[in-house]
Amino acid sequence: MTASGDPPLVGVVALQGAAAEHVAAFRRLGALAVEVRTPGDLDGVGAVALPGGESTTMSHLLGTSGLFEPLAERLAGGMPAFGTCAGMILLAAEVLDGRPDQRCFGAIDISVRRNAFGRQVASFEADLDTEGLDEPFEAVFIRAPWVERIGSSVKVLATVSPRSTLQDASATLAEGPDGLKYHRSVPVLCRSGPILVSSFHPELTADDRIHQIFLEMVGASVAR
Amino acid sequence: MNSGDGASHLVGTVRVKRGLADMLRGGVIMDVVTPEQAKIAEDAGAVAVMALERVPADIRRDGGVARMSDPAMIEGIQAAVTIPVMAKARIGHFGEAQVLESLDVDYIDESEVLTPADEAHHIDKWAFTVPFVCGATNLGEALRRISEGACMIRSKGEAGTGNIVEAVRHLRAITGDIRKITQADAAELFDWAKQLQSPLGLVQEIAETGRLPVPLFCAGGIATPADASLVMQLGAEAVFVGSGIFKSEDPGPRAEAIVEATTHYRDPSVVAKVSRGLGSAMPGLEMEGLETKLADRGW
Repeated sequence: MTASGDPPLVGVVALQGAAAEHVAAFRRLGALAVEVRTPGDLDGVGAVALPGGESTTMSHLLGTSGLFEPLAERLAGGMPAFGTCAGMILLAAEVLDGRPDQRCFGAIDISVRRNAFGRQVASFEADLDTEGLDEPFEAVFIRAPWVERIGSSVKVLATVSPRSTLQDASATLAEGPDGLKYHRSVPVLCRSGPILVSSFHPELTADDRIHQIFLEMVGASVAR
Repeated sequence: MNSGDGASHLVGTVRVKRGLADMLRGGVIMDVVTPEQAKIAEDAGAVAVMALERVPADIRRDGGVARMSDPAMIEGIQAAVTIPVMAKARIGHFGEAQVLESLDVDYIDESEVLTPADEAHHIDKWAFTVPFVCGATNLGEALRRISEGACMIRSKGEAGTGNIVEAVRHLRAITGDIRKITQADAAELFDWAKQLQSPLGLVQEIAETGRLPVPLFCAGGIATPADASLVMQLGAEAVFVGSGIFKSEDPGPRAEAIVEATTHYRDPSVVAKVSRGLGSAMPGLEMEGLETKLADRGW
């Protein structure tokens, strides 16, 4: 860990997917960022980003590369993390419609449904009203997951309404009999403590404001 | 402006189409002909599967007209896995592409592996919501496909041979010309566009960015983990493996090994580790002995 006040090095997990775009976004904002493929690459890293890609593939490669255990240990120790799409799935507490052997870190108390908006022809762009941002964020959703359950510690920063043509959208319309919170619009950007997750891909647009939100969270976490 | 109205969603945009290709980067896309093979591919860490009736090695052996796969077979594979499912249409056969789009496949490969349906025209890919990948042997071909709406380019290689030599030729041709274009002055770019028979705007974009406007993947002849490492180091951003996995002696471990080699392509010790004890690779063919060169298909 860096000394209090120094900007921490952001490690972008680069086993597969759009890691290079995250590195570029962090560097545009003046942060130090490196790609992480092995446990040794975590040396000196004070925060991590898990990019978009295929979550089942990343889950598999986290195992074979030996990264899963050291990452899990650091996340449990309070290291800040930013997960987009597949990265959100990996940070979640529960994965719905995943593979039975799919692993996740449980760093944020949410249940995430994979490919919830549908296959690629249903992938979309939408302007999102986002808490903490003055102007809407142009969000790109690709075979995206959505958040189906949030724990009490989780703050929702943006939501989106599934297209009405999707049959399984009704799954999120009801209030849960279990006392858990369900949303008519589904959460797509959530924060809990030092963890930030999005269903969409801020790394695919030139707008770095969501990355900026994460860097501010990291700064606050280091200062504390 | 709002998040509460489903009508504000835009589908089929360039960002959304190219975005899925971006998400597949660093991964391995595997040809599969049955739901069982698709499961083996997903178990091994494939980022996507290509659903088809016969792998290229068998298409080459059997001869005859090769067409789009049976929709029932594609649906069987869609039901078996959670990762993206691609399928092939014949060059120029927009009728097949329309059928594949209606099946909700995640990507369409307008492929020279199937028998071409049109000897002059490729599919107008802008007319579709589903994204397309197309093969290319050189930069001009790649840019013509992109101008028609392709959102991912792959080397053609020589499919079904287990021989990497043609894919290497195509990758070097594409990346070599990109490097030269970045050194060209503004006046020379007009000549590059003429030589490449490609739109000037795309040539100017490459001069500025130093890369194709869409992801560049490698296909055609990949049979071993070291093949994957080679083509990734030559500038491919992901690999397609066709016959190389399910025509080998022990497909599961080989598939897993190629996935790992693609992620850790810069680390020879990992490639060595995963290459141990994989059994025989697919037998493979020499270029001189081929009756049909699939890479010559496409215009």
